[in-house]
Amino acid sequence: MIPMIDIRNAEKTFVMHLQDGIRLPVVRNVSFHVAPGECVVLSGPSGAGKSSILKMIFGNYRCDGGTIGVRHNGDVIDIATAEPREILGVRRDTIGYVSQFLRAVPRVAAIDVVAEPLLAAGVTREEARARAGALLKRLNIPERLWKLPPSTFSGGEQQRVNIARGFISDLPILLLDEPTASLDAANRAVVVELVAEKKRAGVAMVAIVHDDEVRHLIADRLVDVASFAAAA
Amino acid sequence: MLDVTVNSIEMNTRSSASAEPLLVAANLGKSYGRLAACRDVSFGLYSGEVLAIVGESGSGKSTLLQMLSAQLAPTSGRVSYRMRDGVTRDLATMGEAERRFLFRTDWGFVHQDPAMGLRMAVSAGANVGERLMAVGQNHYGKIRDTATSWLERVEISPERIDDAPRTYSGGMRQRLQIARNLVTEPRLVFMDEPTGGLDVSVQARLLDMMRTLVSELGLSAIVVTHDLAVARLLSHRVMVMQGGRVIETGLTDQVLDDPREPYTQLLVSSILPA
Repeated sequence: MIPMIDIRNAEKTFVMHLQDGIRLPVVRNVSFHVAPGECVVLSGPSGAGKSSILKMIFGNYRCDGGTIGVRHNGDVIDIATAEPREILGVRRDTIGYVSQFLRAVPRVAAIDVVAEPLLAAGVTREEARARAGALLKRLNIPERLWKLPPSTFSGGEQQRVNIARGFISDLPILLLDEPTASLDAANRAVVVELVAEKKRAGVAMVAIVHDDEVRHLIADRLVDVASFAAAA
Repeated sequence: MLDVTVNSIEMNTRSSASAEPLLVAANLGKSYGRLAACRDVSFGLYSGEVLAIVGESGSGKSTLLQMLSAQLAPTSGRVSYRMRDGVTRDLATMGEAERRFLFRTDWGFVHQDPAMGLRMAVSAGANVGERLMAVGQNHYGKIRDTATSWLERVEISPERIDDAPRTYSGGMRQRLQIARNLVTEPRLVFMDEPTGGLDVSVQARLLDMMRTLVSELGLSAIVVTHDLAVARLLSHRVMVMQGGRVIETGLTDQVLDDPREPYTQLLVSSILPA
């Protein structure tokens, strides 16, 4: 099967110019691939570079070497060398990212935060709102909160809005950065179900999950990030 | 009340998909005697794309914006623009009348100080209507209707249509300036510190409104700002300027989250956490 994500020898080093140019090697020789319908979980201790790898795949962090091949609209695009507008296209049509924290925008209602990726994909406002509502309901966000901006919500509620926003679209790749970190057992179970549905729909996923039980339930394969340690 | 739904700016490539850039700057430079205010700037701006130019005072960003918008002749290099008929023209070869027409129709320019972009003594309705008349509309009722709907879009009560902007607050003036610019449905809007000089709460409302409008209308925009938060909220791409040069460029979140150049790292690390 042709992989959705094919990373070869990717590497990342931070150079901190304000701290006398100190070099912080994060990862090197990062090589793995993810097939459609597969969930690969990155494992390894805190600070091993798991989040950095997700951010490199999303084009949020630059990649200093190697290639990050992603299947996008029938072609393979190398995120490591892609132009900004190509990466924006990849984010619109191919890769979704569920971050740990919601970057709240003032004044925008929770339901519209969730519906927005569908609107961008050309779905009508009515249908987008209906699907957003259904997903918020599944994630146990009470309907009376839907019209409020999520900046006023609790941490767990914000994370669920963020999860709904990430899972609502039909993108073929999803990156999940600790999607269950501040959720209770019931909501963790909903996220596990959502991941299973995405697998059945053929979505390729890369996840970071610290909760052993959730990891066990969603991981098809573990990739040990410690093996990519870039000891200077 | 505007129906605010847009949460992040998406590239609106559907509206006018084209492989050709809308505006191209090639080796653009401006010198005043031996002082180089701006050196060797090259980039292409595509349809639906929002570019932020960031840097501190004196970095050359305003000089660059003036050259890009044909208000200042470059010492070297050139700016070309793809006109509505699809033909790409060098701004320097255009006549003054042609440039003015472009400015009144296909371009918008939002000044930091609304008084620069508005006529302060005439009514809000006339401020918006004037641009429509410049593109040949002459039906008073239609012009007033369009002006009313634009005031509503920028969250100004239509009851204020006959008041002059000098009676408006700073935030309202800025929103009126935006309405005046967008009423002719320009394809490219230049903005010079559009939220500068406004209270923080007023800034948030204005930014949110601008995001929505830019995304809904599929506008291209070039925004000069020293405020990285404005760049993050509004732009797809940033250019960081220092000493008249572009020192770093890329996807906005990439440059702000993973800055490479010493000066960019300094700018990013200088933001006070809220």
